[in-house]
Amino acid sequence: MAQGTYLRLLVFFLGPAVLIYSLFSIYPLLDTIFNAFYSRQSDGSYLWNGLGNFQTLLFDPTWSGPFWNALKNNFIFFLIHMCVQNPIGLLLAALLSLPRLRFRATYRTLIFMPTMLSVVVIGFAWQLILSPLWGVAKMFLGFFGLGFLFAPWLGVESSALITVSLISVWQFVGIPMILIYTALLAIPDELIDAATVDGLNQVQAFIWVKLPLIWPTIGLVSILTFVNNFNAFDLIYAMKGALAGPNFATDIMGTLFYRTFFGNQLQLGDPSMGSAIATMMLLIILIGVMAYLFLVQRRIQRYSF
Amino acid sequence: MLTKGLKTLLLGAAAAFALSGAAQAGTLTIESWRNDDAQIWKDKIIPAFEKAHPDIKVEFTPTAPKEYNAALNAKLEGGTAGDIITCRPFDASLELYNKGYLVSLNELSTMGNFSDVAKSAWTTDDGKTTFCVPMASVIHGFIYNKDVFKELGLEEPKTEDEFFAVLEKIKSNGTYVPLVLGTNDQWEAATMGFQNIGPNYWKGEEGRKALIDGTGKLTDPAYVSTFATLAKWAPYMGDGFKAQTYPDSQNLFGLGKGAIYAAGSWDISTFRAQKVNMGAFKPPLPAGASECYISDHTDIGIGMNAKTKNPADAKVFLEWIGSEEFANILGNELPGFFPLSNASVTLNDDVAQTFVNWRKECKSTIRNSYQILSRGTPNLENEMWNVSAQVINGTLTPDAAAKQLQDGLAKWYAPQQK
Repeated sequence: MAQGTYLRLLVFFLGPAVLIYSLFSIYPLLDTIFNAFYSRQSDGSYLWNGLGNFQTLLFDPTWSGPFWNALKNNFIFFLIHMCVQNPIGLLLAALLSLPRLRFRATYRTLIFMPTMLSVVVIGFAWQLILSPLWGVAKMFLGFFGLGFLFAPWLGVESSALITVSLISVWQFVGIPMILIYTALLAIPDELIDAATVDGLNQVQAFIWVKLPLIWPTIGLVSILTFVNNFNAFDLIYAMKGALAGPNFATDIMGTLFYRTFFGNQLQLGDPSMGSAIATMMLLIILIGVMAYLFLVQRRIQRYSF
Repeated sequence: MLTKGLKTLLLGAAAAFALSGAAQAGTLTIESWRNDDAQIWKDKIIPAFEKAHPDIKVEFTPTAPKEYNAALNAKLEGGTAGDIITCRPFDASLELYNKGYLVSLNELSTMGNFSDVAKSAWTTDDGKTTFCVPMASVIHGFIYNKDVFKELGLEEPKTEDEFFAVLEKIKSNGTYVPLVLGTNDQWEAATMGFQNIGPNYWKGEEGRKALIDGTGKLTDPAYVSTFATLAKWAPYMGDGFKAQTYPDSQNLFGLGKGAIYAAGSWDISTFRAQKVNMGAFKPPLPAGASECYISDHTDIGIGMNAKTKNPADAKVFLEWIGSEEFANILGNELPGFFPLSNASVTLNDDVAQTFVNWRKECKSTIRNSYQILSRGTPNLENEMWNVSAQVINGTLTPDAAAKQLQDGLAKWYAPQQK
């Protein structure tokens, strides 16, 4: 093919995608980073501020307190997803791929359903379930004689974050399940048959044959969890508001960013400080993804059948 | 045929153009966030104005409350905003005036119908220029269920001791939640709690102004005692109030399961819809206090777009907003939002009338975090939400709460750094 034709085809096929991606993704991203280097004056104009916003954010106690608190909470939020959501997702996928399971499609749909619901619906429903006034949780525990265990979990500093995280786990457990389940389906039956002939039972076959084959998918699920969790915002905003109470116990990077950028009640929004927080979020996610790519992804062996 | 068709088309277009031009000249457009009240504006308020001023047409074009500030700013910058601007209280509107989007309204004759407290929300820091006509306020107090009070033989408490005695009786009866308030949403604790009973402690305007000029501190006994009283509410607030949201509170009282509701006057219409047989009493007096103070918070004002094509008509409209006629319509059509003018207004809703009567018995003040004091970081209003909820939850002592507020304010507010 002549060089000219090749270039024209290149522009024709890639151009629109590159253009749209640049306009709606790259440009806003760069503009956010750019904004973070300015500071807003009282008359509404913007002045170049260098790394000033970042210095304030990381070292001025008025800002660094909420920042580190949000980052810490965000890590807890992420760890709960990693330790609860993904193992349960794996377990569900393993159960779903059992050969003699009835109602497979029904289970799969039911478990995946919450993922497709609006976060506002989820937040509202769970707030009602856990409500100390009208919730079923209290009655349910009481039925088993465990009523004394009930507490207004969402309103107590020590349990609010864990409760919100677990609600998020409940909502999104379908994603690791469906991804891992798909990977399990791709494993040829011959391998399992061979393992069975060699004397392995279902559980052993899962651990020694299937699990090593789905590590790449589990890695993918982990990094997706990480990125989603550090971008999370909506569930906490829906259930606890922009001040993420009690006493900022549920404040994560997303809510801190929202409050700073858009303001809250009498707090006027500060776009440049908000952009600085958004840039920090980008950096954290970038570091996490890079670490994954260099330390984990390259060591994962892929098998082709 | 073709030319005839073309002619008709052109004529039509010209007529349409002329019509739209005509409509433009005599029409005033109102920007507002009160889309809940759109029907009342269209059916009651605007017809009343147009009856008196048949040459001026008025159109009410509200935006959703959450988007209002952003949308209004964009429209003002782009020069497409309406002629009349509904004003948020304090800094949001002050910023618009400072940027030249709103004009001084000092020369309006009906401006004299408003007190300084009423005007404070739309007046420059030096007190010289007022840029929006005060329109409506909301008052805090307590709404109670008359049926429950009758059943248990209770009377409206006047002092704080009586208040807690009443709560104790309701609690020992065990059928009803004595005091309906939740801390999940935090603002309830600050607004319906701290700002509700606080003015009696810090003596309303006196204390509020002392904070602004730096002679008073949030660690003063008045503020610590307010928090101490709030902390005593917790045992009466019903199971799991820590996870109780604002809609939960409204439903709890609306369904007749609660006895006393820490209220904002805007809740009246909600409970009317739920047919609660209700009454109201003002924040009970603390021991030793003789004068009463209420939070009569300026919430809605109305001003003029500096770039309006129709300043003369706009001023006629604003004059009317300051009149007694408007005050009467507003007060009766929107129970719980009270006209701010000094005109004596008779309200048909007896509970709303009870609230508004307190203005004669007590001194009015506004929420102390609204003027000037929430301009810095940490934001005083946010801090108040946080610590008020914590004090009621029992995770922060009254002293520590007051100290946190004062430390936060002193971080950026010069008069408090002395």
